[in-house]
Amino acid sequence: MSVDTVETPAAGSTAAAPAPSRPRRRGRRVTPYLLVLPAVVLELLVHIVPMLVGIWMSFVRLTQFFIANWSQAPSAGLDNYKVALDFSGPLGKSLLHSFGVTLAYTVLVVGVAWLFGMSGALVLHRSFRGRGFLRTLFLVPYAMPIYAGIMTWSFIFQRDNGLMNHLVKSLGLGDGESFWLVGNNAFASMAIVAIWRAWPFAFLMLLAGLQNVPDEVYDAASVDGAGIWKQVRYITLPYLRPVNVVLVLMLFLWTFNDFNTPFVLFGPTPPRSADLMSIHIYGNSFVSWNFGFGAAMSVLLLLFLLVVTGLYLFLTSRRSRRA
Amino acid sequence: MKIRLWCASFAITAVAATAACGNGDSGSSESGGGGGGGDAKTLTYWASNQGATLDVDKQVLGKELAKFTQQTGVKVKLEVIGWPDLQNRILAATSSGQGPDVLNIGNTWAASLQSTGAFMPFDKAALDAIGGQSKFVDASFKTSGMEGKDPTSVPLYGLVYGLYYNKKMFADAGLQPPTTWEELQAAAKKLTDAGKGTYGMAMEGGSYTESIHFAFIFGQQHGADPFTKDGKPQFTTPGMVAGVKQYVDLMSDGVVNKSSVQYKNGPEAPGDFAKGKAAMLMSQNNADNTLQADGMKSSDYGVVAIPTKSGNKDTASFVAGINMSVFKDTKNKDGALKLVKFMTSPEEQAILDKPFTALPVVKGGTVNFTDNPAEAKTFADILATKSVPLPLVPAEAAYETNVGNAVNGLLAKAATGQKPSEADIKSALQEAQDKMASAG
Repeated sequence: MSVDTVETPAAGSTAAAPAPSRPRRRGRRVTPYLLVLPAVVLELLVHIVPMLVGIWMSFVRLTQFFIANWSQAPSAGLDNYKVALDFSGPLGKSLLHSFGVTLAYTVLVVGVAWLFGMSGALVLHRSFRGRGFLRTLFLVPYAMPIYAGIMTWSFIFQRDNGLMNHLVKSLGLGDGESFWLVGNNAFASMAIVAIWRAWPFAFLMLLAGLQNVPDEVYDAASVDGAGIWKQVRYITLPYLRPVNVVLVLMLFLWTFNDFNTPFVLFGPTPPRSADLMSIHIYGNSFVSWNFGFGAAMSVLLLLFLLVVTGLYLFLTSRRSRRA
Repeated sequence: MKIRLWCASFAITAVAATAACGNGDSGSSESGGGGGGGDAKTLTYWASNQGATLDVDKQVLGKELAKFTQQTGVKVKLEVIGWPDLQNRILAATSSGQGPDVLNIGNTWAASLQSTGAFMPFDKAALDAIGGQSKFVDASFKTSGMEGKDPTSVPLYGLVYGLYYNKKMFADAGLQPPTTWEELQAAAKKLTDAGKGTYGMAMEGGSYTESIHFAFIFGQQHGADPFTKDGKPQFTTPGMVAGVKQYVDLMSDGVVNKSSVQYKNGPEAPGDFAKGKAAMLMSQNNADNTLQADGMKSSDYGVVAIPTKSGNKDTASFVAGINMSVFKDTKNKDGALKLVKFMTSPEEQAILDKPFTALPVVKGGTVNFTDNPAEAKTFADILATKSVPLPLVPAEAAYETNVGNAVNGLLAKAATGQKPSEADIKSALQEAQDKMASAG
């Protein structure tokens, strides 16, 4: 991204500037903190405090008998975690299954959405007639209200009158009587909807990133005889690396935590093949009224994401330092 | 360096958002309140959706509550809440203490919600203040809470299941309404013509609440109780398995449109029946609203009790319905009790039962939601003589969810061509039971 290019002149100008007076320097020191203060306060209120409450909940037996008076809930010690991580027990087994489904869903959605976004950005980066129209069209799924978009898909996936079965039958790919919202096909339906929603974001980010690749580099490469694939591999992708580091992380976290897609498509209890972690936790908390256990699963999910994110940032930053 | 900083700060924010999302229960529970107990002069009342739409409910109740205000001087802030949201809103209100003063609950939740301790117990004084226990129909009052404890709800609207049949389709096929389950199966088979898109039976096959209702009713017909006397689940007894099989077999036998495993919102199955796509429908009496909104006249359909297999117990329904509760934290207990008394008065019951197609829950009331006297008599008889309450144990809500979802899974299996065997059913019920046991 452009961060590097900004950093150098800024650092240079600081070094060249005359030493500021003491009060001015103090003002400079305080200003950034004042600027981030509202964000920090809101972050604490909206995310950190509920998160801490959630961690506390995971250590107590917060069932229907205590939800009216949380403080009276007896301590559960590590019991909620033991149940969640006992993969031979029914609840642990279903959590493990949900984790597997979520992982497969995330890999598929992030991979395909990135590929679509990259392809779209590469095509629409060059100027041609109708480019503006196509750019707008591709952004429609991203601009559309989430629920409205997913509900439209749920109509498309209906067995009797849905467009999907109609299409399958018209193309001679099947008898047009498949279930898309029930059984194993539910996973594919959910992934299709998520890719449809996620890829315009990847497209937008990558398109913006492409603006920073100087045309001269491509010109020089083509003079040297590099074809389109070589240009993509040796120029475009390295230039887009900073964008991709952030983009893939964002898509990963959003998709892994996706709640809206299964909830709107299937309701609070999705088919087994589409039992993503977020909705699995919701089901255990709100449908089965076992909030302590739901919180324990949330904490496990948080730890997993923290570890993955930490590893990802560590590996990507090490590679960029080496580069 | 800056990129790494940016990535790290983004990651922390995103992961924190994840945690908040995962723990949404705590976040949303605090936003769930509404009335906050109101003040001494204003009550907040959460009504469940009983009419065709939320707006219909608002209009009907708005008019009656204006009368209440005129009589008592107590203002009422009304909010009508749809069924998909009602339980979550109640749980949120319970955990945050920011709830309404008075609210409607599904009567099957009565014992589970009673165990939260959030509702005011109706002791003798409170019952006397609303007109005494004796004013209620006995069958309905049995749903008001756990045995041996002061109830935390009182009946408001009565509902039971019946078997709706399309008179013309039956007459054309030379059939009489079934009196045994075997007759029902034979009629359903005869009336099914999948090529033309007509089926013997309509089903809300994706609704876990309907699935649990039928698992319970048919289990009762086979003499099975889902809980032992001391409240422990026993979902895998032969009677329970047979009851679930009786229901799931309708799908396996092809007398139900397979697509109905996608139905979960309520009006779809009655819609199929009203449009002549299905000849029979097992539904609660409030289906009349949907049927008539879809163009059926009350003379187009008949209602009989859901039949039983020859030799089995003659249970045709559970005592369904809506109860009314008062939040313990209300600042206006007198006003709240006045509102409960008003809503359960014979005069108001007679007015409200009509638009909400409900059975009277107070003695001396007559069934007035239909102009078909035979239908009125059938539903009144089912409530009085062929209905039992769902288990009045704290684990009832978990039973509904776990067994209801297990039955939905079996229906989906049947719809996709894998007829569930008795062993499959037993294993699904065992899993539901194990989940409840592990959850403690």
